[in-house]
Amino acid sequence: MSNNLVTVIYLFSGALFILSLGGLSQQETARRGNLFGLVGMGLALGAAVLSGQVTGLAALGVAAVPAVAIGGVLAARVEMTSMPQLVAVLHSFVGAAAVFVGLASYLHPHAGLSGAERLVHDVEIYVGVGVGAVTFTGSIVAFLKLQGTLSGAPLLLPGRHALNLALLAVTVWLGARFVGAGSVDEGQQWLVAATAVTGGLGVHLVMAIGGADMPVVVSMLNSYSGWAAAAAGFMLGNDLLIITGALVGSSGAILSHIMCKGMNRSLANVILGGFGTPAKGAAAAVTGTHQELAVAEATTTLRGAQSVVIVPGYGMAVAHAQHTLSEIVKLLRERGATVRFAIHPVAGRLPGHMNVLLAEAKVPYDIVKEMDEINEDLERTDVVLVIGANDIVNPSAIDDPHSAIAGMPVLEVWKAKKVIVMKRSMGSGYAGVDNPLFVKPNAWMLFGDAKKVADQVLTGLRS
Amino acid sequence: MNEQDKKPLVIAVPRELDDLERRVAVTPRTAVRLRQLGFSVHVQRGAGTRAEFDDTQYAEAGATLVDGLEELYAGADAVLKVGEPAMVPALGRHEVDLMREGTTLIGFVWPAQNKDLLARLAARKVTTFAMDAVPRISRAQKMDALSAMANLAGYRAVVAAAEAYPRLLSGQVTAAGTVAPAKVLVIGAGVAGLAAIGAARGLGAIVRAFDTRPAVKEQVESMGAEFLTLDFKEDGAGAGGYAKEMSQEFLNAELALFAKQAMEVDIIITTALIPGRPAPKLITAGMVESMREGSVIVDLAAQQGGNCALTVPGDKVVHRTVRILGYTDLTSRMAIQASWLYSSTMVNLLEEVAKGGSLQPNLEDEVQRGALVTHAGEVTWPPPRKPTAQDANVTRDKPLPPKQPDHGKKAEKPASPLWAVAALVVALVVGLAAPPSFLGHFTVFVLSCFVGYQVVWNVSPSLHTPLMSVTNAISGIIILGGMLQLTNEFNATTVLGAVAVGLAMINIAGGFLVTRRMLAMFQR
Repeated sequence: MSNNLVTVIYLFSGALFILSLGGLSQQETARRGNLFGLVGMGLALGAAVLSGQVTGLAALGVAAVPAVAIGGVLAARVEMTSMPQLVAVLHSFVGAAAVFVGLASYLHPHAGLSGAERLVHDVEIYVGVGVGAVTFTGSIVAFLKLQGTLSGAPLLLPGRHALNLALLAVTVWLGARFVGAGSVDEGQQWLVAATAVTGGLGVHLVMAIGGADMPVVVSMLNSYSGWAAAAAGFMLGNDLLIITGALVGSSGAILSHIMCKGMNRSLANVILGGFGTPAKGAAAAVTGTHQELAVAEATTTLRGAQSVVIVPGYGMAVAHAQHTLSEIVKLLRERGATVRFAIHPVAGRLPGHMNVLLAEAKVPYDIVKEMDEINEDLERTDVVLVIGANDIVNPSAIDDPHSAIAGMPVLEVWKAKKVIVMKRSMGSGYAGVDNPLFVKPNAWMLFGDAKKVADQVLTGLRS
Repeated sequence: MNEQDKKPLVIAVPRELDDLERRVAVTPRTAVRLRQLGFSVHVQRGAGTRAEFDDTQYAEAGATLVDGLEELYAGADAVLKVGEPAMVPALGRHEVDLMREGTTLIGFVWPAQNKDLLARLAARKVTTFAMDAVPRISRAQKMDALSAMANLAGYRAVVAAAEAYPRLLSGQVTAAGTVAPAKVLVIGAGVAGLAAIGAARGLGAIVRAFDTRPAVKEQVESMGAEFLTLDFKEDGAGAGGYAKEMSQEFLNAELALFAKQAMEVDIIITTALIPGRPAPKLITAGMVESMREGSVIVDLAAQQGGNCALTVPGDKVVHRTVRILGYTDLTSRMAIQASWLYSSTMVNLLEEVAKGGSLQPNLEDEVQRGALVTHAGEVTWPPPRKPTAQDANVTRDKPLPPKQPDHGKKAEKPASPLWAVAALVVALVVGLAAPPSFLGHFTVFVLSCFVGYQVVWNVSPSLHTPLMSVTNAISGIIILGGMLQLTNEFNATTVLGAVAVGLAMINIAGGFLVTRRMLAMFQR
């Protein structure tokens, strides 16, 4: 296959990738979007194999065939509640691949590069490897945190900002030595050292970020994995890699931006700060006592409600309560009630995580609403059921300018006629902020494990 | 309660008093079922004749035939009827007075319209279950006699209309000329309305339908009719899936719509009912007069006074060539199946009531409590009200408070000019320093970033997780980088390349497959 033909096919693949992301704009076209991506990938791989540039076909088979099997098994086995982990681990693979491609590319240099071209090429390799290493180790740490192997609490080393800066400075210095290296052997040593340092940077960056900020971190790593791929594209002079990397990079960046807006924080604040640092004055203390209600009363309330809005949070995912919830919704809808779900942008551990869990539980997607779509309707709602969520329904975000979450957009559930909060205990949410919602006169606490309580409510509704 | 009492409870089935009523409360088929449930069934001679069931069929089903009504009621623990109890002209006594104290009566009672009858039943200490008061919830569907009958009535209304209509219903293209199909308007898309839509469509007419409850739009459209809407926001859904009364402004808008439609359509079938109230008057004399000659109106609400101003309940009138059918016996015209369906709903209720071994009603049960209208000497209708939609709707009619400033969406800050300057500086530096081969790729890179930015903003937030997994998959394109490093020799480059290929391939396979799996779960 001629080089021109391969280039054109790559271009075609790039267009298909763009269509693939475009297809995800709505549910109806999303499956077609995924298919476009798959076809684009198939064409690109086919063209690469037939291009004549790939000589080690045996090695390709040995590496690729088991990988397909592994990927397939991972995809088929993963539980929807574990999607954040899968996404994180896949990011780490892209990062690692970028590191290896960079190293191999350096060891297997293109002949005839000199002067500025040589310099640019070395910088490209260096950036690719560096970003790849940060993505790799950062994603591994994110994976371990999501999996629960590492504690979700942020690790805040003293002087951690200085440490980050130092690591960055070392990386730049190593880069200078690498570019100026006289021989491949020497350069190789600098490159490996830089890999280690940037890897350490990735570990430290993500270690300092807490569990509930994971949606931001995961989307940020998504972005990094794209930039790593783009850098690899530059070093290999491959436009398809550049296009894809840029697409993925912007996608992750936009997701991080959306997540940050959902918490009314800047990206820098999420990565470097954590909650509680910028205290502008004493937050108003929550006074009053909460009221509890029993499962039977909750059941009666739901049975009498004509309009119900359910606000799920990470607690629902942890307890795997989505299937029971779906059954409850089905029953209530059969009785003629209007039931909808309200999804806060940062609910869960992954952008759109709640939507996937509800879809898994066969909740029709047209009753699953975004925060902006439903906030105005809450005051006309009979019952709001909050399940495993806290900060995203906290009125102090609006009422109390001194609260740590002041200005964060929240679901204004307290405006509904009645709010039932399913929660394990009175403990505060991730932000460590007390929630005045719980002591409002129209709010009732229903304590217990989300799944067990939901099961009891379901049994109650059925009888 | 009567565990020791081995004598089976006796169920009495009288001949209906109303001459127009052809249905019978128990058919031979349900008599068999009642006997299997442990009841003894007594049937008045000739009870089923008008529904084409003769006495021998009842005898074969194991029922005992009884001659007189007095004799029948005197031995009955429960009476199953279609129409509400009334004076028996032949005996000069009221049916209720013929029943023993403590008898259970099941049938249509219409408690809202028959206050005197309720008092009489209560005085006689009759336990009465009104089939028309069974609450409309999923569990009670098999006892929902009104829906079962409404379904039949809706079908028959179209048959009656077709018979009275002096034209074809379906359009036809013949050698002699083309005939346009009839246009049918169905008002009220409840069970009867939907059945009418289905029947009219089946006969080839063009069907439109209107209902105050916007939620039924999908059902109407699924039956193949056009759903007419008003430019007016008010939800007519009341408690228990029935319609509620609407505001005056709404009614005015509605009447304007009907006036316009009356001039266009050939057949109007009205089914608008509000529980416990006279039927709303929706078709005025003026609208009738504006209809084309030979048009037909079938008023399924005739029993409750009719939706059309000119309806004569129980009869057909012709007003300036427009035929107005106010038949109240449409279901009776299909007495065989109507009887069977009606008796099935009654037996389903009776089966629930008799679970405890007696006919003692379970007052905790939502369905039994809803249907129970007299018990132990008291009128128990209406049942204690639960907080429902009507309470919620009170507030819904008020104007909304002025919109509060939106906390979530602060005005976007315009991008600082500093960014534009910085971008320009970077562009100049790149332009001055970079080699030409780099610039080509750089162009592609920058443009791709913008394309990505535009495309990804359009992605629905509910699909953000699939977006991440699909970007995972396509970023596996880095496999190309690995593939280029592979050689046939076993050296460091090949090993590194192979590892990269393997990792990237996991991404490709895993990413696409898991996305596919997720997207398959999203259902409307």
